[in-house]
Amino acid sequence: MSMAANAYTLQIRDWSFRITPLRIMLFALTLGFGLLAVYRLIVGLGATTNMNDRWAWAYWLILDYVFIALAGAGYSMALMSHVLHVQDVHRVSRRGLLISLLFYVYALVILGLEVGRWDNWYRPLFYWGYHSPLFEVYIAIIFYFGIQLIEFSEVATEKVFKPANRYVQMLLPAAFVLGAIIPFGHQGALGAIFLAMPNKLHPLWYSSMIPWFYVLTSFYAGLSLLILEMFWSNRLYASGIDMPALHKLLRVGACLMAAYFVWKIIDLYRLDALGYAFAGGFESALFLLELGGGVLLPALIGFSRWGKTGTGLVTFAALATMGLILNRANVLYTGFYRTLGPGYTPSWIEWGVSIGLFAAIILAYLFIVENFNIFKAAKH
Amino acid sequence: MTKSVLLDLTQCIGCGACTVACKLWNQLEFADGAPATGEKAVKDHSNWTTVTFRKVQKDGAPVWRFVKEQCLHCLEPACVSVCFAKALQISKEGAVVYRPDLCVGCRYCMLGCPFSVPKYEWQRSLPNVSKCQMCAGKIAQGEVPACVGACPTGAMTFGERDDNLALARQRIEQGNGRYINHIYGEKEAGGTRWLYLSDVDFSKLGMVTNVPEVPIASFTDDYLRWTVPLLAGGALLFTALRHYTKRRNDIESSQASQKESKKK
Ligand code: SF4
Ligand code: SF4
Repeated sequence: MSMAANAYTLQIRDWSFRITPLRIMLFALTLGFGLLAVYRLIVGLGATTNMNDRWAWAYWLILDYVFIALAGAGYSMALMSHVLHVQDVHRVSRRGLLISLLFYVYALVILGLEVGRWDNWYRPLFYWGYHSPLFEVYIAIIFYFGIQLIEFSEVATEKVFKPANRYVQMLLPAAFVLGAIIPFGHQGALGAIFLAMPNKLHPLWYSSMIPWFYVLTSFYAGLSLLILEMFWSNRLYASGIDMPALHKLLRVGACLMAAYFVWKIIDLYRLDALGYAFAGGFESALFLLELGGGVLLPALIGFSRWGKTGTGLVTFAALATMGLILNRANVLYTGFYRTLGPGYTPSWIEWGVSIGLFAAIILAYLFIVENFNIFKAAKH
Repeated sequence: MTKSVLLDLTQCIGCGACTVACKLWNQLEFADGAPATGEKAVKDHSNWTTVTFRKVQKDGAPVWRFVKEQCLHCLEPACVSVCFAKALQISKEGAVVYRPDLCVGCRYCMLGCPFSVPKYEWQRSLPNVSKCQMCAGKIAQGEVPACVGACPTGAMTFGERDDNLALARQRIEQGNGRYINHIYGEKEAGGTRWLYLSDVDFSKLGMVTNVPEVPIASFTDDYLRWTVPLLAGGALLFTALRHYTKRRNDIESSQASQKESKKK
């Protein structure tokens, strides 16, 4: 191990990682996560979480839903950049891929802690419960995770195992096509999971259309997060703001959000549930906040001239991302409150695990962008 | 052949013998804070069946009713269709049974069951789902479930579902208004193997009454049947688009560079 000129940069051969006080804090949080996770695996769910027989799905499952949806950049980029070859977009597609990969890792780790019998995780590979939407989620995510690893190995083999790059290139066309289509399957099936709860989920959210809504919302949420990532990384690394690419993302995102908004209203009307939106009560309020503040408002910003400015883009993307988070939380918490009743708030361990793991993901992100070619792809 | 139990709530005296028999046969724990019988009966991982005492209004006067509840052993169970690991299965005799060796612990069955029957062993480090198995081992040998055998008033009749339905209808008809005209479980969630007769409304007894009359699986199947063809079609479409858009861009850019070279 050798220390480079900058005393705060850890340097081992051609790997480097800057150490700052903030990053030390992130390391500490990651360590905390590790301890809590091990503790959870040893003592079980009852002693560590506030989940119970009524709230059998809770905060951790909301996180899974949120992170898989926000990882939408992976497939939206594969589709826009490698299937449709939309101009400008290919320059940001590696960023999309990276966010997606890290967010899947996050969701899968949380999922591993969330299920009770993680030791049986491989069972469905041999016992196909194919009547369950969850089976589709399971198979598609396993498959897609492999594809993301292939996609990412293109980036990785530019630095390590360089000769392998040739072979990775041969796999890439198939990986991009499959990587663009498969997430449609599990994003939709994640919504379809709720189809089995017609007498439990609140009519503001229960609909036969929910699988399609989940696909649509994850697609634009992924784009929004990518916009945020570009501004954030520019602040950290002055990696540049690729306005032409961002404007493409903005346009596609805003159009999809507008489409979702209209479709959702029509759907509520079709199901005769529009009245619930104005019935008062906290369900209505949170629903209006979600659809108004998290869908309609950003869509309008996206269509406005101001939306194309830096602040406009960030506002658009932040609102859209919040809207997505609120939607997933609304379905799993607000929408079930009427049926399951009060009696659940996340325990400090549930919070700690979620925060600590997020710190780990941020560290992984920083390490990868500092050691691999994620941004510079923009140059050619 | 599908076995069934007809439970006539008007004959239940609330003694709780069935809950004790259940615990003994299935080796479930008796926990202090979680009685299986009484006004505050708790449904949890060691109380597969409970008898809840309820004071309800009948003909303008308060009366006590005793409501024995357990898994209803649906004809087309939601728990079986939502389980992605096939950890819930229907036995030859028609009991909905659980195989802990296959369960991943996702708890979809708990939320997917329209009656919220399955419970979880929250305190264990490798917890299992837990619910009534209709004494599958006993009925496979031609015996009756433990609870049925323990009931001193004979409130439960074990037999073929068709016979039990006929018996229930007969009781309603011959009861001269003693029973309400609703066989709980005849249609609920597409039909269940446990059938209930009562003289007061089931909603007053705290039973789940907002269940659809079709099996829960029909809601998910409507979507799932499309996914494989859609995904396969999508993969083909995307492959075609990938080649098409690439060629289009190549042609466009070569035209653009031709124009530029002409200018020079
Ligand atoms: S009542 Fe619930 S747990 Fe019992 S068989 Fe039906 S769906 Fe499954
Ligand atoms: S918790 Fe177990 S039994 Fe229930 S749905 Fe999940 S895998 Fe199946």
